[in-house]
Amino acid sequence: MIIILTSKLIGNSNKGSLITSGTKKRPDDRAFDEMRPLKIEAGVLERADGSAYLEIGDNKVLAAVYGPRELHVRRLLKPNMAILRCRYNMAPFSVEDRKRPGPDRRSVEISKITTEALNPSVFLEKFPRSTIDIFIEVLQAEGGTRCAGISAASVALADAGIPMRDMVAACAAGKSDGQVIMDLSEWEDKEGEADLPIAMMPRTGDITLLQMDGHLTSDEFQQALDLAIKGCQIISEEQKNAIKNRYGD
Amino acid sequence: MVQSIVPQIIKESVVNLIQKGERADGRALDQYREISLETGIIKKAEGSARVKIGKTQIVVGAKPQIGEPFPDTPNVGVLITNSELLPMAAPNFEAGPPNETSVELARVTDRCIREGEVLDLEKLVIIPGKKVWMIFLDLHIVDYDGNLMDAAVLGSLAALSNTKIPSTTIEGDEVVIDYEKMVPIPIKEQPLMCTLAKIGGELVADPSLEEDDVLDARISIGLRVDGSICAMQKGGSVPLTREEILKSIEIAQEKTKELRKSIPKE
Amino acid sequence: MLLIEDKQIVVPGEILAEGDFHSGRGTFKDADKVCSSLVGLVAVRDKKISVIPLQSKYIPKRGDVVIGKISDIRFSMWNLDINSPYSGILPAAEVFGKEKRELNRAFDVGDVLFLRVVDVDEVKKVKLGLKGRGLGKFRGGILIHITPTKVPRLIGKKGSMINMIKDQTKCEVVVGQNGVVWVKGKPEMERIVQKVIKTIEEEAHTSGLTDRIKNMLFELLGEKTEKTEKTNKEEDFEEELIQ
Repeated sequence: MIIILTSKLIGNSNKGSLITSGTKKRPDDRAFDEMRPLKIEAGVLERADGSAYLEIGDNKVLAAVYGPRELHVRRLLKPNMAILRCRYNMAPFSVEDRKRPGPDRRSVEISKITTEALNPSVFLEKFPRSTIDIFIEVLQAEGGTRCAGISAASVALADAGIPMRDMVAACAAGKSDGQVIMDLSEWEDKEGEADLPIAMMPRTGDITLLQMDGHLTSDEFQQALDLAIKGCQIISEEQKNAIKNRYGD
Repeated sequence: MVQSIVPQIIKESVVNLIQKGERADGRALDQYREISLETGIIKKAEGSARVKIGKTQIVVGAKPQIGEPFPDTPNVGVLITNSELLPMAAPNFEAGPPNETSVELARVTDRCIREGEVLDLEKLVIIPGKKVWMIFLDLHIVDYDGNLMDAAVLGSLAALSNTKIPSTTIEGDEVVIDYEKMVPIPIKEQPLMCTLAKIGGELVADPSLEEDDVLDARISIGLRVDGSICAMQKGGSVPLTREEILKSIEIAQEKTKELRKSIPKE
Repeated sequence: MLLIEDKQIVVPGEILAEGDFHSGRGTFKDADKVCSSLVGLVAVRDKKISVIPLQSKYIPKRGDVVIGKISDIRFSMWNLDINSPYSGILPAAEVFGKEKRELNRAFDVGDVLFLRVVDVDEVKKVKLGLKGRGLGKFRGGILIHITPTKVPRLIGKKGSMINMIKDQTKCEVVVGQNGVVWVKGKPEMERIVQKVIKTIEEEAHTSGLTDRIKNMLFELLGEKTEKTEKTNKEEDFEEELIQ
């Protein structure tokens, strides 16, 4: 029999959420429409054709791109365009309880929706019969890693010189403590009422990823969607800065 | 992992240079590339480090878990080392279950850390024969630019030195874990590994990617602070002579002294 | 209306101009907007806007010269890695004519060759050939990889940059349009050329590069050379890159 005296999770992030309920502040003192601190860096790896490192809150995510490169699996080959392949993976040490290495159902699903979120942004038709491979590694997870991964991957694609219609930015909104909020933390995601991650191409506003779980009225959904869109726009600006900083502009 | 084909002229130029006592990146034969080491970079891991040797980059995380000891060693804690050669790290690395190279890397690192007695495994026992701390050491290789072994051991040592575990008390037949009271994991020794590549009949320290690709043989030597040997691994299909092995140990003893300076003082 | 300045660094999706402008290389049109599809430098020429990429992969074109590495030997051809999403083939007939000979007698896996792209068909099969001056197998030397979009910058206007490097270091230098560069000379000179070429790659998007490279060469070569006269002016690098 094992008794855990102080749960790490509660110890870290449940700082008086009940006290703040009803006010505009969140457990980490953010406003409802405030994003966690964000940092993006492009070109962080030597071997990859393109790469990016992204931190949002305590999330730490690396993305690398190889390609367009020769595709050796013939059955996947498309005669008139490149294919995009994405692998989202979490480091065993990225979460409280060690994750077993290798893909699980969650990471397989996220890999798929990430591919679909990025696909419309890439001029795949320019590289028929080839593959563009994206690898996302979550080094530390604190809620919202799929969005962090997509935003990082898009910077890595740009860094690799892959032609795109836009850089895809991703951000979640949701509902926690009865309030609709932007960019849910891990605690808000776990304890909250709803989570709505989206990805979009900011220039046109086209949404390329949409997931939701929880419970929202249609009014709340609309509020959440607008907050997520606003979040994507903030991230988009940082993505551009990351690329421009790389070349000292 | 697909073996990359090294252009013949590259092989020749690397070998020719080394035979003249020079290296393509301008280093001396026994010189390491720049080393950087940061610890405590992953808050979710009880111990962590990011190590870079040249452009080779590994993120190491250590996570303790309570588990049962192995039946044949009921009175010591457990260390489990695992490595992932991520497909992001090199164009010829593939996703999937660990391949030979990855398993070898994890096992050699494990041997050096274990036999070098980094951890006092006896102090990781909570209830003898029943409950012990299991330390999972995960090596996440994110950028491969040659010489993974030395980076893996250096990163592992740094991550473990940085690891804190919750204190435990036993009340009746229950284990009480107190996450508010984290204590550093007991560290006994600080072994390090030095890898030498045999290229064109010469020994070079810290092989670069190019050198790793063309080397005839490789010898990795794990050494404790006092210079005694705790682990060794020969790689590559060309044999080594007795003299080469002894010379390697001498070089490694010098080089690990230098490497030790990159370990941050806790 | 032009929304950016000439030579500015832009990112994919960035709107470069609205209204009466033409979309050049590295850009696309969305209604009346010209947008960048790449990370690169803007080049405005009258009403035509282009973006010169800072990073790219080599896409084979008929007539290009490339440096390739033999990766496999097949029944009647060699397979070559040409640093591209599309690998190349060198038919045995290109080398032996109608004669039947063992392929590995001529070229083996790992050999590095200077070749011409003879044809690229609709399924992206890249046929390579060796007919032409200077084409064939390299012996000795080293290889340097740069991003293929920076090849024009390395060559310079009418070969000014590459000739300066060759003259100063007394190295043979062969540049493949696929971003692979072969250098052969004294080993210490080969390394100087490598350093210089890597600098050109990193700083290709900055101005005043030719003079900086010249100074760098002088510094690296120390007293080994005498200073030559200063070149008259920094060439217009977009011109080279756009070619």
